Amino acid sequence: MQKSEVRSQKSEDRDQRSEIKGQVLKTGRHRNSQSEIRNLKLNGAKLSFWKIVAVFIAVVGVYSLFVRFTKGLGASTNLSDFVPWGLWIGIDFIGVGLAAAGFTIAATAHIFHNHKYESIARPAILSAYIGYMMVVALLVIDLGKPENFWHPLVMWNIHSVMFEITWCVICYSTILTIEFAPVVLEKYKFDKLLKIIKKITPAAVILGVLFSTLHQSSFGSLYLIVPAKVYPLWYSSFLPVHFFISCIAAGLSMIILSAYLCARAFKQGLNIRILSGLGKGVLAVLIIELVFKFVELYSTGKFSLLFAQTGETYFFWLEIFLGSVIPIWILANPKYKVNRTGLYFASISTISGFILNRMNVCVTSLVRSSGQSYSPSFEEVGITLFLILVSVLAFKFIVENFRVFEEKVHDEVEVSKEEIETKDLIFDK
Amino acid sequence: MSEYHLDIDNQFGLLFDASECIGCGNCYEACKKENDLPATNPSRLGLAGADKDFLKDHLSDKTYTVVEEYGDIYARKMCMHCLEPACASVCPVGAFEKTELGPVLYNADKCIGCRYCMQACPHNVPRYEWGSTSPRVRKCILCYDKLKKDGITACAEACPVEATISGKLPDLITEAKRRIKENPDKYYPHIYGLEETGGSNVIIISPVPFEQLGYSSKVPKQSMPTFTMQAMEKIPTVVSVGGIFLTGMYWLTKRKNQLAKEENGKGKG
Repeated sequence: MQKSEVRSQKSEDRDQRSEIKGQVLKTGRHRNSQSEIRNLKLNGAKLSFWKIVAVFIAVVGVYSLFVRFTKGLGASTNLSDFVPWGLWIGIDFIGVGLAAAGFTIAATAHIFHNHKYESIARPAILSAYIGYMMVVALLVIDLGKPENFWHPLVMWNIHSVMFEITWCVICYSTILTIEFAPVVLEKYKFDKLLKIIKKITPAAVILGVLFSTLHQSSFGSLYLIVPAKVYPLWYSSFLPVHFFISCIAAGLSMIILSAYLCARAFKQGLNIRILSGLGKGVLAVLIIELVFKFVELYSTGKFSLLFAQTGETYFFWLEIFLGSVIPIWILANPKYKVNRTGLYFASISTISGFILNRMNVCVTSLVRSSGQSYSPSFEEVGITLFLILVSVLAFKFIVENFRVFEEKVHDEVEVSKEEIETKDLIFDK
Repeated sequence: MSEYHLDIDNQFGLLFDASECIGCGNCYEACKKENDLPATNPSRLGLAGADKDFLKDHLSDKTYTVVEEYGDIYARKMCMHCLEPACASVCPVGAFEKTELGPVLYNADKCIGCRYCMQACPHNVPRYEWGSTSPRVRKCILCYDKLKKDGITACAEACPVEATISGKLPDLITEAKRRIKENPDKYYPHIYGLEETGGSNVIIISPVPFEQLGYSSKVPKQSMPTFTMQAMEKIPTVVSVGGIFLTGMYWLTKRKNQLAKEENGKGKG
């Protein structure tokens, strides 16, 4: 109802514009020129500010990498015999978790044939692909002997969770390559190869879901073997299940957030219908995870820890509020769940809570038992920011040069830039 | 104890008796010498300090065993050489090996440096060469070569009061039980390492509860790899059930869409 009202308020001028825009957006090359024009228009302080930040991060990152590889882990990190894993392992957990949309969306679109989500399958797979590349790079940098990174391929220990993760990450990266290949192949017109890839895609997607399920959960399994070290609020024999469930919500939120950011950066419309569908998914997963967590804490007799006056308790509650309570409250609210600002804040909150959860598991929960606190070094932070910068630039480059966003949707759910700036649109379902 | 299901009859180990230890540091020095490790305590480095300041040394990549002072009791710390070592089970490339002789050995050539061994060790033993650009994990190896040759470790050989003895594990267990039984007043009635982590090749007896000497009482009684296995063993089920489910859904939803399309086509036609 409201939708049509809003539409009727729009001037014909805008309708025409969006139609033209729609035609233009169908080909990547045109969009390039469009974004170039935008870049030119966006002269001024904001753009150069981010350029300066990027250059600064790049300089710091290259310097940090230099220190890391010439002086070793001891000189470049705050890790020690008591804190052998730090920020980088946490970032690996976070990166892989936030990339989870790669398999959930691929499964929704290609296995469950839910065509509604087809248009976001490519961005989801692309961000997963870049996320995994970043995580693999960081893992290798984190290795004491990076030159031996290939050893798990030939030296097997099938009892090791780390071994399983290594193989799953390698296999899943291969699958992401297959899933993303069409984007590159269609541009350069490798039609034969494209046909073969299209044929094996369903099998690849199914395998991708399986590999993802295994290693997303296995990141939690890493900590099963240290029951005496992990603070009880986070230790659970269901750690792998917790890791798996939470990565789904985080991955979907990441897609909402990146759709929002891309819409802003590339001047595209937002398909609120798709995003609020994702929001529903996030809501369901968050509720399941929250209930599961508290039922488990209750049944294992850890409830009193929730009210203990310790640092761990505060971090735990902060994680719960940021990652569960706030986003559930927003997403369950009929006013906000179809509202772009609501979805935006819900996803930011979910992601923050998720990041805190992973850092809590890999840092906070171990402080007490190791007897040492840990905060990352300049170089650890520098290399992390550098890799994030490279990922963002890679994403930007690919989106600008290949057809990642399928712009078939400029019907009523397409929201123009002007509207984004002036007001929030609330669409009835 | 009854959990021992490996062939431990021929495995070597160590018995450390904190009631007997006089804190002389001979084991500490012998270990340094046998393993070619540089001096790490101030007096040996020619700096001013008390004679016994090796007692303040701590495990590091250059120190595989230490003697610590707890009032008038001395306690040794070193690798426990678990029967089912966490380090060996978590290492992605199998750089750790539980030898038939008992010692848990580390192969630096295989190691990739993920440091999961250090994270996983219930006794916080493995140390890392943080200062190196090709760092290795360092820890007691129970004098593997010497043990094979002489049947005794350097520390046990150096101990003047039989506070540390090495030998076949069953004999050590018998000896530990004998000492506790003959002097029940002198000992806390527990053999540390008999049940902890499902048993280890280093066992310890003490006059006081072990927590007071810095041995963690939180260490689980079951073998560490079982914690991981309870999750790992579900992998085949997850893969097969998941695979069947996803394949099924793929065909079902595809068929459903097809039917819907045909229906639509008919409707329009």
